[in-house]
Amino acid sequence: MPKTLVQEFTKGLWEEIPPFRLVLGLCPTLGVTTSMENGLGMGLATTFVLVFSNILISMLRNIIPSKVRIACFIIVIATFVTVVELLMQAYTYALFLRLGVFIPLIVVNCILLGRAEAFACKNTMAYSIADGLGIGIGYTLALGALGAIREVLGKGSLTVWGDMSYGVASVFPSFHPFGFLVQAPGAFICLGLMLCILNAIGKK
Amino acid sequence: MQTGYFELIISCIFVNNILLAQFLGNCPFLGTSKKMETAVGMAMAVVFVLVLSGAITWVVYTFILVPFDLVYLRTISFILVIAALVQFVEMFLKKSIPALYAGLGIFLPLITTNCAVLGVCVLNIDKGMDFLHSLVASVAYALGYGLALILFAGLRERILLARVPKPLQDTSIGLITAGMIALAFFAFQGMV
Repeated sequence: MPKTLVQEFTKGLWEEIPPFRLVLGLCPTLGVTTSMENGLGMGLATTFVLVFSNILISMLRNIIPSKVRIACFIIVIATFVTVVELLMQAYTYALFLRLGVFIPLIVVNCILLGRAEAFACKNTMAYSIADGLGIGIGYTLALGALGAIREVLGKGSLTVWGDMSYGVASVFPSFHPFGFLVQAPGAFICLGLMLCILNAIGKK
Repeated sequence: MQTGYFELIISCIFVNNILLAQFLGNCPFLGTSKKMETAVGMAMAVVFVLVLSGAITWVVYTFILVPFDLVYLRTISFILVIAALVQFVEMFLKKSIPALYAGLGIFLPLITTNCAVLGVCVLNIDKGMDFLHSLVASVAYALGYGLALILFAGLRERILLARVPKPLQDTSIGLITAGMIALAFFAFQGMV
């Protein structure tokens, strides 16, 4: 049964939400989620690249010879990553500095190549946009959630955007931040536990 | 300012371990670490390609991109260099060292999308290293990657024998184990 556009969109939000259901794109997931703002920023940048590369690849899908398709996909993706890199450098410089090496590394995020190979090169443009948006927003939400958990428990505050910041200590005075969670090992363990919780909810 | 080579090597292998402290190359890390054999294959392939691409991208950046003012093409040109290099290495090994080629197998083409490779190339450029430093750093990062991967594969083979609660199985317990190794590597922090 062919899926509708809405179904293609919503599957990225729950059924196939990366990085939990589709275990892809782990490096930025672990690397940038020290705060919610970083996680959301990274997620939005990835969504941008994903949607545009899906559009272009689905438009070119009958022209690209299948033997060199991976190389073509990578070039398309790299082009949009460069666009996003320059845009972020111009408009959100602080975030650009914090995400650092992970912005050029969107090129090798397996979600992008995975969606291009599994979806965009087989489907029409409208479906590819729905797929890209769904998966991208799902990824953004997942990164934001992971970032928020790590920031609240690890630093004891939550920065929403820019200077808007809320301290946990003002609500629970006896709370002490658990600094381990914003460090490297905390990232792995936090993601592992989140995956475990989602598995427990999802699989009956 | 450049640091000494010894310091650089220790820093790249242990303190700033590419997998556990910088989170690069995690997808193949979790994907190929279920068996010791595949982990060793992947580690070898990474060492091989990372060192070569580290050297070549440095040359491309310094002698082509900078003089022609094309620095904004860095991401595209680096990924092309890496993809071409992987293809070339694959053909070369197939012809001249078939034993090694058979050993590396499927892992060689997969390396193109291993973010550790592109990550190290970009990091070396960002830190403004000279050629020798970036070569040494590439070797050390690659060794650190191999070390972490092989350690992790050893642990994961043991976990297969243990009884793990159902929701925690597979990737979930893998990530938590990786967290434990990262914790051990965390002790190196402040050494350099």
